[in-house]
Amino acid sequence: MTAPAANGGPLLDVRDLVKHYRSGGLFQRSTPPVRAVDGISLDVAQGETLALVGESGCGKSSAGRSILRLQEPTSGSVMFEGRDVLALGREELRALRRKMQIIFQDPYSSLNPRLTVGDAVAEGIQIHKLADRAGTARRVAALLEEVGLDASYAGRYPHEFSGGQRQRIGIARALAVEPSFIVCDEPVSALDVSVQAQVLNLLRELQQRRGLSYLFIAHDLAVVRQLAHRIAVMYLGRIVETGATEELLANPRHPYTQALLSAVPEPDPTRQRERIVLSGDLPSPSAPPPGCHFHTRCFHQLRDGRCSTETPLLRPVGATRAACHYAEHSSVAQVTAPAIPNQ
Amino acid sequence: MSPLLEVRDLRVTFPDRATGGVHPVDGVSFELARGETLALVGESGCGKSLSALALLRLVPPPGRIASGSAVVLDGTDVLALDDKSLRKVRGRRIAMIFQDPMTSLNPVFTVGDQITEVVHAHFKVPKQEARDRALKLLNEVGIPDAASRLDAYPHQLSGGMRQRVMIAIALAGEPELLIADEPTTALDVTVQAQILELLDQLRATHGMSMLLITHDLGIVAGRADRVAVMYAGQIVEQASTAALFAKPSHPYTQGLFASVPRLTGPVGHLMPIPGTVPPPSAWPSGCRFRTRCPIVHARSAEMPPMLQVGPEHSMRCWLAEDQQ
Repeated sequence: MTAPAANGGPLLDVRDLVKHYRSGGLFQRSTPPVRAVDGISLDVAQGETLALVGESGCGKSSAGRSILRLQEPTSGSVMFEGRDVLALGREELRALRRKMQIIFQDPYSSLNPRLTVGDAVAEGIQIHKLADRAGTARRVAALLEEVGLDASYAGRYPHEFSGGQRQRIGIARALAVEPSFIVCDEPVSALDVSVQAQVLNLLRELQQRRGLSYLFIAHDLAVVRQLAHRIAVMYLGRIVETGATEELLANPRHPYTQALLSAVPEPDPTRQRERIVLSGDLPSPSAPPPGCHFHTRCFHQLRDGRCSTETPLLRPVGATRAACHYAEHSSVAQVTAPAIPNQ
Repeated sequence: MSPLLEVRDLRVTFPDRATGGVHPVDGVSFELARGETLALVGESGCGKSLSALALLRLVPPPGRIASGSAVVLDGTDVLALDDKSLRKVRGRRIAMIFQDPMTSLNPVFTVGDQITEVVHAHFKVPKQEARDRALKLLNEVGIPDAASRLDAYPHQLSGGMRQRVMIAIALAGEPELLIADEPTTALDVTVQAQILELLDQLRATHGMSMLLITHDLGIVAGRADRVAVMYAGQIVEQASTAALFAKPSHPYTQGLFASVPRLTGPVGHLMPIPGTVPPPSAWPSGCRFRTRCPIVHARSAEMPPMLQVGPEHSMRCWLAEDQQ
């Protein structure tokens, strides 16, 4: 089925990916570009889930789309199964898309309302000529059942389904071409909590059964924890911390990760953590603060002039890699309890 | 002391060709004490937002509040008021903030105009005083550089700032009850934390009661005094926050808890409730949850009343009887 990555490296290897959006029209030529993705590097192994986590505007979706070349990245390199994705011509790219798929937050706007569910799922199979007519119908039926839908739904239209069912259709559509890698762009954010759990469980089962790799883009660390092997936290276009899921959640070193973690509402009144409430809003990505992008909202006790002049690099600190000059030191003074209990 | 708000048997009817009429809110009763926060929790379609709108008689047509419903605010039956008296309740005694501040703010008026409008609607004060009050409110809701923001338009503000402006507008009438309908759902988590913190503070300093409508049990845990869980137009469990979280008793509440992803505990053990919430026209007779309930009960074809599970803890499930 899936060819192992050439030279045994990761399935996906992204280096220094940059995506800038030119903004402004004729009369605003001097407007600086929006630096949505500002040089990120990440890799995903076969069968692995890497979560890309951050708040709106941090560049996580732009990163996902740039990796698939749904948007052309400004610079950087994307290697998939040992091939340079950014160097591929149209036809080669089309062939490669069979291996790299995406599912979206809102499956309704990504499904054509005039296509039956069966036709929507069959589309990829036909484009890539993976089966004949009868074979296609059989595969569509099998796919619908694999994602927990009745095969008889193939003749119905998207509007006849609930949000959770539509997300299952979106997943069946992505699976139809037998990809090895799927970008999941906030796939459960629009769903009710009971349905969200159904879809998370489905994604996990599919990964185990098919050996899929996921780049799981999300904003909710509690959701991410259910699926991700590793987490990369983004802030204003940069990865500020990355590490194995349990280690990063248990002992986050970057102040932004700490704040993000403390903001997750915990459904347990007996274990309310000390809340770190960040002041202010996200600065504009077209004029990010110099030095450490986070310094304007940072609460680290050692924050100083260096933070506003020198860009911190991702470097190993404890069990994770963090981009903070003072990641070795506790962010809050010792008089108060540590913000996040170490367990 | 009598409660500030008493809702009894609230029912909202919508015409439906197939069945002749459906009740998306079907017999909701609760009380709210002064200074108290009650959370109304449920998934989309459970009727929580519509219940809130009904309190202010804002049910969108062709829906209407069925006779026999009662909404009593400090002795006044809100449902019996004429239009003029109703205007003295809306925004003045009960204020409401919504999920999406952009659609609730008027894009062509400045922030200052929209706050002073509310001040003028409810208080006879000179122009300058109204503006002073607006400035004070903007400061109170934590808008930096408030004086210059008075002349800003909504589109010039971030999502979090817009929600703060909405809160300032709600506070301008000095209400006794603030209804917050999913106030942070559209916001990022770090901004959500700011807004929840702010609402909590304001409730305390103004001595307001708050009805917090949310789908997120995590938000409830740190904020509400009591919780009412809704399913299919009814309250199915009601308890103090501590009691509910210590011992969720209704199978639906238990299902919700088992579905919530957490930062601690084992991974990969989400136990979702099978299926989805049926539309009001397809609600089963008897217990509304019985089509999705893991427990088969001999009496599930009969509608259970709210039954006591513990002190200040009741649920709409026959299991409560068996436990006693």
